[in-house]
Amino acid sequence: MFYRTIDPWREINEIQREMNRLFDNSYRPNRLAYPAINLWTNADKTMVTAELPGYSKEDVDISLIYDVLRLRGSRKAPECKENECFHRQERNYGLFDREIKLPFLVDAGKIDAVFKDGILRIHMPRAEEDKPKKIDIQVK
Amino acid sequence: MADKKTQVQKQESRDIKTAERTRWGKVFAPAVDILETAHELKIIADLPGVNKDSINITIDQDVLTLQGDVDSSPVEGYELEYREYDIGDFQRSFNLTDTIDQNKIEANYNNGVLELVLPKAEKVKPKIIEVKTS
Repeated sequence: MFYRTIDPWREINEIQREMNRLFDNSYRPNRLAYPAINLWTNADKTMVTAELPGYSKEDVDISLIYDVLRLRGSRKAPECKENECFHRQERNYGLFDREIKLPFLVDAGKIDAVFKDGILRIHMPRAEEDKPKKIDIQVK
Repeated sequence: MADKKTQVQKQESRDIKTAERTRWGKVFAPAVDILETAHELKIIADLPGVNKDSINITIDQDVLTLQGDVDSSPVEGYELEYREYDIGDFQRSFNLTDTIDQNKIEANYNNGVLELVLPKAEKVKPKIIEVKTS
């Protein structure tokens, strides 16, 4: 008969790592803010994506204040007509207003927002003056 | 949405425990609104990121299943720096009663929202019976 050996220390280390991850301050998503966002970056640009089903371009207002992106918008609940009743209402309605601090300064003139299938994607190129510059050091 | 007490985060689907999936990734249960009128039942589901062509609506033994696939591959050329929502497919099932005329169900998809109109069968629609006086 073969038995798989169980290493208790490995299990404990695994739990400890999981706990550290849970209480790590560097990653603490805001679980209550609406809409939930994801932030994607590379050296030259950043992109914010948000799930906003049922919203159209006109319903969402995007603005930039220095390095803070502000998303505002609203969605109306379907109107309850006569003899109509809701059995369930799980979808969110009302106003939202959210500010997101960007990882770097972006070029406000070149922000490009696209809405597709209920996903908002905001592409923002990094501002020229914010890009890291390489400085050659002359050795004399 | 500060004024709402409802669940803001996506919920993982509970419908998929019965059979294993062939596609890799997470599955979420879409948030739905269900409205009823005298003539129809309306199911409105949020399916953000779902392409219209990947939506599958099936009825099997009075169980209506909504399904929508989402491309969950990472965005090319970018790194995910901060994440608040997970990306995955959507699936949710509903039990239908025989009050629904299953042949007349209509579906509409727009901006990530699926609207299903399920008309009620003739026999259950309210009838007005006039009372005659002799």
